[in-house]
Amino acid sequence: MTDHRHAMIIILVMGLMTLATRIVPVLIFGRGEKVPDSILYLGKVVPYTAMGLLIVYCLRDVPVLEAPHALPEIIALAVVTVTYLWKRNTILSVVIGTALYMVLVQMVF
Amino acid sequence: MRKVSKKDVLAALRTSLPIMVTFVVLGIGYGILMQKHGFGPWWSLLSGIIIFSGTVQFISVTMLSGGSVIMAAVTALMVAARHIFFSISMIGRYSSEGKRKWYLFYALCDETYAMLSKDDGPEDVDTGSYRLLVTLFDQSAWVIGSFLGGWIGTLLTFDSTGIDFAMTALFTTVFIQQWIESKNHVPAILGVAATLVCRLLFGRDLFLIPAMVIIITVLMLMRGRIEAPGGDGND
Repeated sequence: MTDHRHAMIIILVMGLMTLATRIVPVLIFGRGEKVPDSILYLGKVVPYTAMGLLIVYCLRDVPVLEAPHALPEIIALAVVTVTYLWKRNTILSVVIGTALYMVLVQMVF
Repeated sequence: MRKVSKKDVLAALRTSLPIMVTFVVLGIGYGILMQKHGFGPWWSLLSGIIIFSGTVQFISVTMLSGGSVIMAAVTALMVAARHIFFSISMIGRYSSEGKRKWYLFYALCDETYAMLSKDDGPEDVDTGSYRLLVTLFDQSAWVIGSFLGGWIGTLLTFDSTGIDFAMTALFTTVFIQQWIESKNHVPAILGVAATLVCRLLFGRDLFLIPAMVIIITVLMLMRGRIEAPGGDGND
């Protein structure tokens, strides 16, 4: 049978580490009554760099050199971009893009 | 205690809906996987509250029944390290949130960050309630989904391959929205370029940390140019 005590310890340890990445920066930089200038600046610009980082992170395992050469990703991302530019509706673009991607990876490629 | 109006709830739901749908489906996937490894719905629920990070939780599954504790700690730290970057960038925004900010930071996942870092919600809603509700809806959807997965798990047979593309699509729409709103595209290009180069140089497991270091360094070095009038389109 599974060792439940060990599983519990693993969950707690991994939870603690995850929590640390979210809270420790606040404990270090968010203490004072006034937020440092450079942190305010990073707060403004980092969101603009973070989306690119997250997109590349999501696509980190896509094989570009082997067939189908990232074609499902390219097609689906193109559709997300075009529908979003056209309707400016996040839900619509996400649903259409994901449905298309699922069809492409499950049935076409 | 601030009163939460119906308008705040509706605005938060509108923002959270695409995330909630994806989280329920992905959560079910996680719950099923946990079930297969001998951990039922209550374990998934507990993990969703204690860890609350999809990537960390998926990796944790194989470690639960016999991985080393040190390896688990190091892996979680490396996979979750991107949150350091998100939390730093929300300190200014959340500084007025009082005690609630501890919940907001604890539950700041990638998707909630994407939604709450781009703006403060529609103009006529209470920002504090909006942030709290978006964060809460997203986490609830994930926890409920993973519980359901562990419960109905084995009955469900539907091929969900590719569903995680919803996250890529969501981040892409935010990327486009930010691109249109801002005049200076240096931060956006930097985010893609630095991460891509690091992925090629450092491999799939290590690239995020050097990418974040490069991004922060370049942003600090170029501060004068990026902060110049027209350099930022958000506030």
